[in-house]
Amino acid sequence: MMRRPGVLVGVAVVVVAAAAVAPWLPSYPLTLLTQAMIVAILAMSLDVLLGFTGLPSLGHAAYFGVAAYAVAILTTERQSGFVVCLIAGVVFAAVAAALFGLIAIRATGTYFLMITLALGMVVWGLAFRWVSLTKGDNGISGVPRPDLGLPWSFWGPLPFFYLSLVCALVALALLALIVASPFGMSLKGIRESESRMRILGYNVWLHKYLAFVIAGTFAGFSGVLWAYYNGFVSPVDVQLVTSVEALLMVALGGQGTLLGPAVGAALIVFLKNFVSVYTKRWLLILGAVYIGVILFAPRGLAGAFHRRSS
Amino acid sequence: MSSEFWIIQTFNGLSYGALLFLLASGLSLIFGVMRVVNLAHGSYFMLGGYVGLSIVWLTSSRQAPSTTIWSFTSAVLAGAVAIGLIGIGMERLFLRRLPGQTLGQVLMTIGFALIFQDLALLIWGGDPYSIPVPRFLQGAVKAGALSFPAYRIFIIVVAVVVAALLWLALDQTRAGARIRAAVDDGEMAQGVGINVPVLSQAVFALGACLAAAGGVIGGAFLGVYPGADFEVLPYAFVVVIVGGLGSLPGAMVGSLLVGLLDNFGKALFPELSYFTLFAPMALILALRPTGLFGRA
Repeated sequence: MMRRPGVLVGVAVVVVAAAAVAPWLPSYPLTLLTQAMIVAILAMSLDVLLGFTGLPSLGHAAYFGVAAYAVAILTTERQSGFVVCLIAGVVFAAVAAALFGLIAIRATGTYFLMITLALGMVVWGLAFRWVSLTKGDNGISGVPRPDLGLPWSFWGPLPFFYLSLVCALVALALLALIVASPFGMSLKGIRESESRMRILGYNVWLHKYLAFVIAGTFAGFSGVLWAYYNGFVSPVDVQLVTSVEALLMVALGGQGTLLGPAVGAALIVFLKNFVSVYTKRWLLILGAVYIGVILFAPRGLAGAFHRRSS
Repeated sequence: MSSEFWIIQTFNGLSYGALLFLLASGLSLIFGVMRVVNLAHGSYFMLGGYVGLSIVWLTSSRQAPSTTIWSFTSAVLAGAVAIGLIGIGMERLFLRRLPGQTLGQVLMTIGFALIFQDLALLIWGGDPYSIPVPRFLQGAVKAGALSFPAYRIFIIVVAVVVAALLWLALDQTRAGARIRAAVDDGEMAQGVGINVPVLSQAVFALGACLAAAGGVIGGAFLGVYPGADFEVLPYAFVVVIVGGLGSLPGAMVGSLLVGLLDNFGKALFPELSYFTLFAPMALILALRPTGLFGRA
């Protein structure tokens, strides 16, 4: 999809428009846009697993959370700077994914789903109960915004929005390169037929394992930004519902399209925030959205769009 | 650590495992027959507790510290029936449209779980409640220097009876043989003339009933509160994963294992208590990806 020039132009137009309009936006929509950018990275990273490799992970929030906690602990306990935190967060997430992948990649189908759920719960359990490190249910508050030594302060919503936008674009570009590479093509082959790829001589295990680690690493990148954005990290960030929400974003946008999940992420962020302004019953509505997406748009928005244009 | 510590903690672990069995056996059977990963199963537990609570309030005074046997029994039955009906509706109207779509089932059942959570909050509010129990279940049974709460003994007895009945039904009856056939190979079972959709419906309802009954019985010692659904869900999943999907002996062994692990984990390593529960599970899966009693 990224190979088609129309899509590339479309992305460029949307990004330039968003960047140009941003200075005139009030701070509330601006923070929502920022949130959408950060969560879009998470959704795109999950798409590498779910959409391109065909592995439904129910524990993707684990890597997001490991990185977020790493940033929160490093900034509040050691006053570490942005570069240290970014590297530490991403590396911790990658290591967690590399460890968990060893266990998870052996399984397929529902068992993969179950194992990733269980591994996600391991991380949640640590966040919830390892109080001396994570402050337990209270979470870690007071994460400062990063200081990059630039003339603008990232405490303001506008500079932080631009930072998130740049990060999301970097993630999109890197992930698009990965899925368009021969490696990415092999992942799609595995999604379509694992046995055929094995017979052709591909190391299926290694491909799936690398996809798992890559997805975890980018989820960590998103987690780093999330910790800075929110200023607060708690077990909610690693709980099952967060992992499932990431799955919903991918399913809503359209699996295996990279941009679709990013759009899905933005839609869910806006929906959650707008609905919660107007009614206390937003969980009810979010639940209905889950069911509605599965019943009426099983292939996501990208799928619905495709059907109409072809 | 004294020997009393070990005896009491083992007893507590067993009684918690007994409660988990009520919750997880249904989840395991549902998965076995329908291959549905039901993330709303914890909601059945919570909703069962709330319905039971309302029945107790209706049938005896709201402030009473204890209730009658009649009131408590009708609470358990009403909870089980009401949630069984919800289960039937979910299966018939929604989940049946998604055969074999794991991701779709996950998202749909979590959607239901969110809706149930919000509805429960709307109907019963956010305060935690405890379901009162009949007087004869309130005391403790003394054995030498040790005392065992009668209610925990009651839970163990209920779970043993349910396990025995389930085993008899699955192993000795025609319907049980059909269910086992459907677990082993649904398509083949359908092929030899077993009505698998009707069977699925029945198993789904039974699973929801058991979880709801567990919710009422558990509501008397864990309490009934918002969030109970997502608190018990991981436990049910761990039991099913460790024991093996679709296996009744697996659910029994898994429940006991998880009950004991959780209890000793919380007593011995409070900071790592969830880790001591989930890490052994991850290890078992690494060695036996289908669980202790499961088949691929």
